[in-house]
Amino acid sequence: MAHENINSWGRHFHYRHHVQQPHWRHQINLDSQHGSVLPYGNGRSYGDSCLNDAHTLIRTTDLDHILELDLEQGTLHCESGVLLSDILDLIVPHGWFLSVTPGTRFITLGGAIANDVHGKNHHRNGTFGNHVLQMELLRSDKPIQTLTPDDDSGLFNATVGGLGLTGLILSAKIKLQAIHNPWMQTETIRFHNLSEFFDLSHESDQPFEYTVSWIDCLAKGEQLGKGLFIRSNHASADTRNGPIKPAKSHTMPLTPPVSMVNSISLRLFNKLYYARQKQDRKLSLNHYEPYFYPLDGLHHWNRMYGPKGFVQHQCQLPNEHCADSTAELLKQIAHSGQGSFLAVLKMFGDIPSPGLMSFPRPGATLALDFPWQGSRTTKLLNALDDVVREAGGRLYPAKDSRMSMENFHHFYPQAKQFQAFIDPAFSSSFWRRVNP
Amino acid sequence: MNKIIIFGASSAIAEQTARLFARNGDRLFLIARQEAQLQIMASDLKGRGAESVDYAVADATEYERHEALFDAASTSMDGFNILLIAYGTLPNQTDCQNDTATLLHTLNTNFTSAAALMERAAGHMEKQKEGVIAVISSVAGDRGRQSNYVYGSAKSALSSYASGLRNRLFKSGVRVVTIKPGFVDTPMTAEFDKGALWASPKTIAEGIYKAITVKGDIVYLPGFWRLIMMIIRTIPEFIFKRLGL
Repeated sequence: MAHENINSWGRHFHYRHHVQQPHWRHQINLDSQHGSVLPYGNGRSYGDSCLNDAHTLIRTTDLDHILELDLEQGTLHCESGVLLSDILDLIVPHGWFLSVTPGTRFITLGGAIANDVHGKNHHRNGTFGNHVLQMELLRSDKPIQTLTPDDDSGLFNATVGGLGLTGLILSAKIKLQAIHNPWMQTETIRFHNLSEFFDLSHESDQPFEYTVSWIDCLAKGEQLGKGLFIRSNHASADTRNGPIKPAKSHTMPLTPPVSMVNSISLRLFNKLYYARQKQDRKLSLNHYEPYFYPLDGLHHWNRMYGPKGFVQHQCQLPNEHCADSTAELLKQIAHSGQGSFLAVLKMFGDIPSPGLMSFPRPGATLALDFPWQGSRTTKLLNALDDVVREAGGRLYPAKDSRMSMENFHHFYPQAKQFQAFIDPAFSSSFWRRVNP
Repeated sequence: MNKIIIFGASSAIAEQTARLFARNGDRLFLIARQEAQLQIMASDLKGRGAESVDYAVADATEYERHEALFDAASTSMDGFNILLIAYGTLPNQTDCQNDTATLLHTLNTNFTSAAALMERAAGHMEKQKEGVIAVISSVAGDRGRQSNYVYGSAKSALSSYASGLRNRLFKSGVRVVTIKPGFVDTPMTAEFDKGALWASPKTIAEGIYKAITVKGDIVYLPGFWRLIMMIIRTIPEFIFKRLGL
């Protein structure tokens, strides 16, 4: 057992933890001498949902054994500490892919389930939890249980999206999707305002497996919500000579003394990014790695926000209000001058999320990054929260560092019901922050 | 195709090395003391592409079982061409000084049993005129220091033994690889404070895999340890004895 200063991806919290790092799944000790326990995967949650200040973290990255890979049926059963990147390395050469992948492959399987993550194909495949066939859960108050989606105790649904609080997921079996090759057939389209985005999204959801867009959130007035719409499918069987996997990744070697993301760099980046293609429509064939995980090519990219770190704000807005509310959010951001480096807008589909506490539901989702600037940031984000709340939307706990207790319970009224499934030995900094 | 026997298979370094052989579609025979861990590893390595994985539960100091273990491995894999000795014990130095049983156990586990295993494998490989014997020694064996000379001297003897064996087997086309890892972040070193010199088991495993499958006689991992140990070895003894190392 070691004491460690463990950060989450936003590098905003600096908490000390007691850390256990079990190597074998039959040797996990939930009986901590140091307060409550919380499973900790690869630390890619942005805020404090993966932290447990002054208590214990059980790091799961050594619980990374495969139990069974069935290449006929396309199922993978493995321990929860396996990284999605390792899964992809294993399955892609055999013509299989993850049914759902988020924007980084450096997360653990357990983390993907506990946050019920989503990806650019939400309108087709729902969330990660929709493809979990089975999981083994270790709790402090019960013997090890095998849970399946038809489990009527409610524990399966509480554990999917359950923020690691319902017990430690030892292993899970997931359904994979078949692919012909590692390539993505992609079309990138420039759009000039928000209504063009909604039109593009509407026409693309049927013919394209993956849709997402990047928004220039410094744009105002007529150009409010301009950006690039990216839609794609896994390449067909007759595709030949696609690009090879990028050979080398880079590392952000140190943390600069101040954030490299500021109003000048943002303005420059947004201009260049929007103008990076000359034509309004561009077709390309990409390797899946740079396509799905553009930021994974720069290790520790979160360091560029400097020593104060950054916060994410990702909301969901229901269909009936999403055009107006998205416009309102973008107006407030543009007005504040605190643009976000990565503003990502996507329409969720209507496949129900399996988790009791899952974030995705029909409507739009907008994700934003802000360098932490104290009260200035708080003021803007509180204003954004008001818009989200007004629209009947909600925020994503895996990204959150600061939503109020009151808002959390307004966004997730089911939290009271969820409480009954929490393992008495488990807790997290996030959970203590949003509960009285 | 490789057919590899791994003693001490459940150590963090051995496990990561085994995965590289599995990915290559090789056959593996694992030996360790805990069956539960061997079971977990066997399914893992099959899932990662190994053509076959089998195991035996044994302690390397059960000398009378050595020949039978090699026979079992040979039957399971239809022969063998690589032996990797990856176990070891790193006790507290003071405990070794105060207790002869701990002292002897440390020497026997780290050296005597490994020497016996290498010798058995050498006989087989010398006959088949092909194979690699790889043994995980340590930079601690390059010079005795007050903080861990019991462990260090066992590893030193192991390195010497491997050196002699390499010399003998060269003409048979059998290679002997001495692996000298520096500080590695494993369960064996969980209690140590980690600094910049520490490497992950995965990094070490990549070096071992390359040394076994491509080339290498005495391999420091990571490579910078060769330089560090060269400097440490050149310090004259009349100065070295005064140092608090």
